[in-house]
Amino acid sequence: MVEHGDIRVVHRGGSKINFRKPVITNDSRFLLCASGESVKVFSTSTEECIHDLRGHTDLVTGVLIKPSNHLQAFSCSADGTVRLWDFTDGILIKTYVIGYPIFSIHASPHHEGVIFVVTPMQGDKRSGELFQLVAVHLPQSGDQLVEARELSAVLTGISSNPAATVFGRGGEYIASANGLQLEVYFFKKQKAYRFSLKEDNKKGGKNTFTCVACHPNDDCIATGHEDGKIRLWRNFNHKKEYTYSTLHWHHSAVSSLSFTPEGTNLLSGGIESVLVQWRYNQENQRDFLPRLGAAITHIAVSPDGALYCTSHSDNKITIIQSCVKVSAVIQGLVKGESVGTDLMIDPRSKSLVLNGKPGHLQFYSLQRDKLLYNLDIVQQEYIHESGLQQFEVVKAAFDASGNWLATVEERKQKGAELELNLKLWAFDEQTQSFVLNTTISAPHEAQITGMCFSHATDSQTTMLVSTSKDGHFKAWQLAAQSQTDADEGPSWSCDFVGAYHGLVPECCSFSADGSLLAVSFQEVVTVWSPASWELLTTLSQPPKAIRNLCFGRLSCSKYLLGTTDSNLLCCWNLLTCSLEWSTSMDVSLLLADPLSENMAAFCCQAGCTDLFVFKPSEPRPLFSQKAVCSGMVTRAVFAPREEMLESCEESSQWLNRSQLYFLTQYMDLMTFTTKTEEERLMASSKQLVIDDSVAMTPFYLLLGKHRQQQQGGDDPQSGVSAERTPLPQGSVAIKELLQTPAHVLPSTSFLCSMFVQSLLISVTDSREESKHAEEEMESEKEEEDSEEEIESSRTRPEQQAAVGGGEAAESAAPAMTKAQVRELRRVKKLDHSWLAGLLDS
Amino acid sequence: MASFKPTKIQVYPKLGEKVTQDTLYWKNYKAPVQIKEFGAVTHIDFSPVAPHNFAVTAFTRVCWHLFVHIYGPFSQEPVKTFTRFKDTAYSGRFRSDGQLLVAGCEDSVVRLFDVGGKVALRMFRGHTKAVHVTDFTSDRYQILTGSDDYTCRLWDIPNSTELNTYQEHTDYIRCGVTSKLNRDLFITGSYDHTLKLFDARVDRSVMTMDHGQPVESLLLYPSEGLLVSAGGRYVKVWDLLKGGQPLVSLKNHHKTVTSLCLSTNGQRLLSASLDRHVKVYNTTNYKVVHNFDYAASILSLALAPDDESIVVGMTNSILSIKHRKSPEESKEISGQQRRRPSYRVFVKGKNYVPKQDDYLVSKPVKQHLAKYDKQLKKFNVSKALDTALETWTRHRKPEITVAVIKELDRRGTLNNALAGRDEQGLSQLLNFLIGNLVDPRFAPVLVTAAEMILDIYHSVIGQSPVVDRQLLRLQELLEREIDYQQDLLEVLGMLDTMFASALPRKEVPCSGASRSNGLAQGEASTSRAQLQAT
Repeated sequence: MVEHGDIRVVHRGGSKINFRKPVITNDSRFLLCASGESVKVFSTSTEECIHDLRGHTDLVTGVLIKPSNHLQAFSCSADGTVRLWDFTDGILIKTYVIGYPIFSIHASPHHEGVIFVVTPMQGDKRSGELFQLVAVHLPQSGDQLVEARELSAVLTGISSNPAATVFGRGGEYIASANGLQLEVYFFKKQKAYRFSLKEDNKKGGKNTFTCVACHPNDDCIATGHEDGKIRLWRNFNHKKEYTYSTLHWHHSAVSSLSFTPEGTNLLSGGIESVLVQWRYNQENQRDFLPRLGAAITHIAVSPDGALYCTSHSDNKITIIQSCVKVSAVIQGLVKGESVGTDLMIDPRSKSLVLNGKPGHLQFYSLQRDKLLYNLDIVQQEYIHESGLQQFEVVKAAFDASGNWLATVEERKQKGAELELNLKLWAFDEQTQSFVLNTTISAPHEAQITGMCFSHATDSQTTMLVSTSKDGHFKAWQLAAQSQTDADEGPSWSCDFVGAYHGLVPECCSFSADGSLLAVSFQEVVTVWSPASWELLTTLSQPPKAIRNLCFGRLSCSKYLLGTTDSNLLCCWNLLTCSLEWSTSMDVSLLLADPLSENMAAFCCQAGCTDLFVFKPSEPRPLFSQKAVCSGMVTRAVFAPREEMLESCEESSQWLNRSQLYFLTQYMDLMTFTTKTEEERLMASSKQLVIDDSVAMTPFYLLLGKHRQQQQGGDDPQSGVSAERTPLPQGSVAIKELLQTPAHVLPSTSFLCSMFVQSLLISVTDSREESKHAEEEMESEKEEEDSEEEIESSRTRPEQQAAVGGGEAAESAAPAMTKAQVRELRRVKKLDHSWLAGLLDS
Repeated sequence: MASFKPTKIQVYPKLGEKVTQDTLYWKNYKAPVQIKEFGAVTHIDFSPVAPHNFAVTAFTRVCWHLFVHIYGPFSQEPVKTFTRFKDTAYSGRFRSDGQLLVAGCEDSVVRLFDVGGKVALRMFRGHTKAVHVTDFTSDRYQILTGSDDYTCRLWDIPNSTELNTYQEHTDYIRCGVTSKLNRDLFITGSYDHTLKLFDARVDRSVMTMDHGQPVESLLLYPSEGLLVSAGGRYVKVWDLLKGGQPLVSLKNHHKTVTSLCLSTNGQRLLSASLDRHVKVYNTTNYKVVHNFDYAASILSLALAPDDESIVVGMTNSILSIKHRKSPEESKEISGQQRRRPSYRVFVKGKNYVPKQDDYLVSKPVKQHLAKYDKQLKKFNVSKALDTALETWTRHRKPEITVAVIKELDRRGTLNNALAGRDEQGLSQLLNFLIGNLVDPRFAPVLVTAAEMILDIYHSVIGQSPVVDRQLLRLQELLEREIDYQQDLLEVLGMLDTMFASALPRKEVPCSGASRSNGLAQGEASTSRAQLQAT
């Protein structure tokens, strides 16, 4: 991004998490998903983001657990690299440079040391749509950065969609669908079979393949189609004698298919947002999980089959227990095609408010980068069907105190009247959410172009002004509670209808104290007094229509600023009712900072957007930055900071009280940060450790403390190169020992001898090694640990020897597994004796 | 997994009267007890002492037999009947201790009865024409009478002698009232349009007020500072302390007001009229707060102490008695509509207090869905429309049917839901359209549905006489509606021209300082649209 002094434009939050199929780890504790240029690791139980694996320089296009080591994961990216990560600790292990943009990644446990990636076809330059599946032999090397040049094409002319290519039973064959063709490649025979379908069947359904899934231990391929059918292909190792059966439930395209690990069930999903579970071989038995919120884009199943997870088109991942019950929802910032409502800041929660799911407003916390909640505005069942016109929230406004929210929803159907609803929501202190107060159906005869609340916080009445294409603007007021119907609270009603020469009003704006209302009618700005509804004055700057209107704040409240279509930024002085100054700028968006006099103007010039920050009273801009981003910025907002920055540099002072967020053409949320702020953020992120790997047992307290002590002492820089702390493995061993049922454990006598052994002061390293081996026998699961862990456990004996030399039982050093077991035992025994003593007395 | 969101039923602004405290209070009477009397009931008077019997004065035109009945407050049979009249009896009134009763008569004799006895205790002779007004003074020893011979007289009960005669009115005296606070003051109203306040200590009236119409009824406020008179279509309130200044003139009836009455707490004034209505006014702002309708013209009206019952006598010789519902009864009636499970069912298991180490498993709340919503949830669109078109829903709650049609339209499946109906189903649909198409609340939705129906079924027109007849009716209805709309638009245009010429053109202050402001002159449209907010 462009540097300007110390102010930078940065991406802030809300990245896409539904781009590719998420992956659940073997122990079902973590969920990995590609998110922009990084891979995010979520906890499946707490929904928190634990790690953000950063390293790729372009869009991450696929994530995969390494088949030979379930604690490592591959990720591929359009930057032409495949990276290997240790996702539990968030460390990049290796980078394989492939050299071509990669669109998806596949691997099978039966193909050791080989991964399959989808890259664009090299030879065919004229058609960029063709892709090939390439087998990459990963060279064994200790280096961090490895060049993988050993490529061999397996299949050509396949689809770039990762769901359209899948490995079959035991990695014997790979199935890939593209368009109307299904291709199955057998590795042993080195032979490919192609099966084609006709474009349309008799009833006009489209047969195009959308996704493929292979049964894990049966020769069966399931394919999803554009018309909602699922075909189960069998006997496909012959060119002619293949058969298929058809399942049909979905009414539109099947977007994802997945078999459960045992192959007993087939899961399918599509735009209906219903997860359908088909019994394999008893396909007429189906289970449904309806109303998941938005169209299903991907389905993933955990390796043990305990969890399913579905990604949805509204940037959401739902984690479902296999008993078809939603257990967790990971929700990112919902991005539609357009933000009808402007970006807004909820004055109470200081969260960003914009269109969310269809018919909802989302409240997104900018500080925590988390969706707080969705407010259902339309309150109607959303029908998941493409091409259906449904109610959309097009305008929303908050009043200054956050007590009232006004929303406009509209639905335009072909050949039917426009349906408009104006809804007013009151904030309910008890439930801490907005409650519908008044619904006004058909508030205007045509679309509403602008809406704003009166800003005055001290005034008795709250007022809302809406402008519409029907040539009127209306003022709505909270009617006093009438004495007759005491059971109903106060409601809103129309107070005034204004018009000016039959022109169409475009923008409206209240002055800071609420004493003036400016409404622009094409090229004329009319200024009204809301108290008496008198037309006070008109201001105009022909020849083009007004685009934006904005009153100055605080000391500049006497100024009214407007931008016109003819690239003019005008500033009127309302005391003299004359033009103070004007300048020629193509301003696409003008907005005022509510906490200072500053105003920000986004200007569109030559495909790039420039930002100017200025005070209406001063001719010189406070800050300007060329080429903030490409394309036009149409939505931006000033968000107040939680704590003020103390920046003394003149160019960054405007960021002291509030922060400027804006949406680019491609719906990326960006903001401006200063260097000092970034440093502070970095410092705080280092301290922030989310630890949920240890269950909340009585022993957690003991262990957790030690961990914290250790982390406090650990220097983060030196931690990578220096010896790694062996504690996490130790804690797992303890947990295993204590959580396994008693009848599975080795006999007490066996443990006792070990215990006694451990009490002895160790003399030689060789003895410790043998003991370590015993411990390994105990915990079988640890066998599959990564190299690093084995390394780290090797360092353990030395440590143990060093500390164990000092003291025996009392030492309780966190590094020593045995010592801790011992200590716990001792505590337990003590407890019992004490209790017994109490009972006796 | 979000739950199914039920169809939103649009709440339309309620037409008709608003439910107020007054409506609730005055509606809280049982169905009237109707008793057939022998003639038009001319006067009703409640005994001031418990058990608050009331005397009803009525006559029959056939046999000229005259009665004063005394009814118990809750019985439907007369407690006592006085029949010793030779001619039509008028104005049977109780004394303040409820022991004596006085009544005038067409034969100009005033009779005084003991409530316990049958025979008249005293007969006051002296009037020359029918006596329509009788009343006891507040000292209980004198009687005021007013007669068609234009005189009103004071009589002494113990001596049975005439004390004084006032000959100031120039027409029949048809109403009069004595002061309850001062034994010497009384007021009479006459057909000569005047009200006169007399003081027994002087020989003439001390105050005269002009009502403007023949006065039919008089009423003094308990404070006796205000006097209410009824005559013609008017009810007027006079301030006696300000020398008979008129305070309010109410014209809420469209026929002669015959009777006045005050509620026990003095907060409400009731007036009965020949137009068959009883109106209840608020005495602070004199606005009508409630209205009772009766079957025939009302001649007399009385309210029991504590508003326990309203008794109305009508020209068709029916006496209508409405008793107030007791609190239990009013509850009982609402409870009778549907038998609900007993209280025990609801508290079952609820009073169990969880112990400290109990693990609380919350019970899933079952979402209740209406029948049509259940069908909509399963995407059974035709069945959903069928359920919404059930007879009860269609007639009683057309908004539900319309809401379901709207929802189907939103889902894009209205066409499927409307199609494939047989003659009966189609005629049901058309019936609904005929009934509700021109309702402005439902028109936007139903017009779409009607268009679809015509599109779908235009091929079967002419096959069923029932459907054809209904389609013709629909066409007729629409044509009529178009005519109405045209007429209304014409009226609107006329009004616009009238307003435009009537309103003065307002100059908008255009700042002279602003050189750049080329445009000026805006008309502020001052029309205030009050949109119904729901």
